[in-house]
Amino acid sequence: MSFNIFKKRVEPPPPTPPPPPPPHNSDGPGGIVRNGVRIDDTFAEAFGMTGTAVIITAHTQKWAMIAATTMTGFATSVIGCGCEAGIDRELSPDETPDGRPGVRALLFGFAPDGVEETIINRVGQCVLTCPGTACFSGLETAQRVKLGANLRYFGDGFQMSKVIGERRYWRIPVMEGEFLCEENTGVTGDAVGGGNLLIMGPTMAETLAATEIAVEAMKKVPDAIMPFPGGIVRSGSKVGSKYKSMRASTNDAYCPTLRGRVETALDPDIGSVQEIVIDGLTSEAVANAMREGLKALIKAGRSGGVYRIGAGNYGGQLGQHHYHLKDLLS
Amino acid sequence: MSGLTLTLKAPQTQRLDLAKVTPEKLKGMSEREIASLGVGVVRDPVLLGDVFNLRMGDVADIRISGATDKLDNIGRGMSGGAITVEGPVGAYAGCHLSGGKLVIRGNAGPWAGAGQSGGQIEITGNAGDSAGGALPGAATGMRGGVLLIRGASGAKTGDRMRRGLLIVDGRSGAYLGARMIAGTIIAMQGAGDYPGYLMGRGTIVINGPAGEFGPGFMDCGRQELTLMRLMAKQLSSLHSGLAQVLNAPVRRYAGDMAALGKGEILRIEA
Repeated sequence: MSFNIFKKRVEPPPPTPPPPPPPHNSDGPGGIVRNGVRIDDTFAEAFGMTGTAVIITAHTQKWAMIAATTMTGFATSVIGCGCEAGIDRELSPDETPDGRPGVRALLFGFAPDGVEETIINRVGQCVLTCPGTACFSGLETAQRVKLGANLRYFGDGFQMSKVIGERRYWRIPVMEGEFLCEENTGVTGDAVGGGNLLIMGPTMAETLAATEIAVEAMKKVPDAIMPFPGGIVRSGSKVGSKYKSMRASTNDAYCPTLRGRVETALDPDIGSVQEIVIDGLTSEAVANAMREGLKALIKAGRSGGVYRIGAGNYGGQLGQHHYHLKDLLS
Repeated sequence: MSGLTLTLKAPQTQRLDLAKVTPEKLKGMSEREIASLGVGVVRDPVLLGDVFNLRMGDVADIRISGATDKLDNIGRGMSGGAITVEGPVGAYAGCHLSGGKLVIRGNAGPWAGAGQSGGQIEITGNAGDSAGGALPGAATGMRGGVLLIRGASGAKTGDRMRRGLLIVDGRSGAYLGARMIAGTIIAMQGAGDYPGYLMGRGTIVINGPAGEFGPGFMDCGRQELTLMRLMAKQLSSLHSGLAQVLNAPVRRYAGDMAALGKGEILRIEA
């Protein structure tokens, strides 16, 4: 029997129209709604991490930012990159140890020894090499990880130490002049990684625009970073995979192209999902960043491309820190 | 509660040793016990109460008024609290001081702050030879803390200094930072001949005219060091004029090549 491709198809029944927009605000059994945005009754599940911070200064803000941006590159996931890092904020000359413009960068890892190795590598390759820069401790805690204490060996015996007050700095001669680096920086075991928000909207462009607004608001929160590109993840993951070698794989329940193919978590009106992942030196910093993000997203509202906000978790069994969205609505 | 006040009754003809008058040594002592402390250095005993009027108070905050340059060892070995002296003092003021604050409102004799290992000493007048230096036979001079001399200082200031910060507002004498092991000296108004003589490590910053340099110092040229900006900002709370002086290019001289050669003299360039 031949198959006639020109044979007229039997048209499927028209799709059911999307549900009408929810009421502007409500806290009913159907869930919390703010400014037309549905907020899931769920929580972000985050993990304890080790965090550290450095202050990078340069003779101009531009070069301090170049060094910090380079140093925090390829640092989105501790599993894939060895650490998670990002820029906390710009610092005015009044806020830096040497009175020059600067940037504070945060870096997170699993344990202090891993953080030490990573920060030394990154400062060594991205700050020591960057014109005009100096590097200082960005976190004052009793527990320290090495910075200049290891990088000094680049000086090949010509390095000099200088103690000012209670702090030791290393002066490493370089072709440009001298690289100044503090002996060590603080490290904390109270850091948290993996706070998150899932932003769901009608289209990729509208959802991304709204998410960008949230990231800008969250950047203002001290001691917290969003380590992914531009602070945003488009490819949230789930634990495990059908492939043995993969520890994580695409979060199919939130993939709009798989709706109908898998057990989806998406409503019919959702066409795209973006995620913001937050790491903080303290749990409070993560909560504050999520709070500011929620506030900005709700302010953007449904008309701004935010239809629904959720959060990622693993059932609450893996992470020590749970951030319930309803608790962060202020 | 105000501090313990000692007022010298009359000018002394013989030297007095006040090494026992420190906050930690007087702690727990009664006024009578303090008054009966021996402070003489010759055969005839001299008690503190013989030469000073005592007004009892908190021994953590000692005030000595009417001081003269016959008073030696003021604040010697103190490890905490505060001693304020009105008037000049003799030798060894703040020698081996490891903590607390010693303020001398007047001139100080030789070896002020010699072997100091912590705390802060401020001398509003001039300091004699070997301020912050090493006592005869000692391996190291100053080993920590801050010694701030508002006036001029004598020869061999910071001799064999190993750590810490020494600032001289006035002109420093010859052999500033001689045989320095490490640490930082800032001479705000120049220095005499042979600064850094045989220094191994450490930094001597000289603003203003300096005498002849030893042949073991190599001219490294004009530099703009981030270190100077760091010191300008971090030390500004100690000295109001430092920031203006240090925020400047320097000419770096590495030396002394006759010794380890890892030290430096940084001359402020106008």
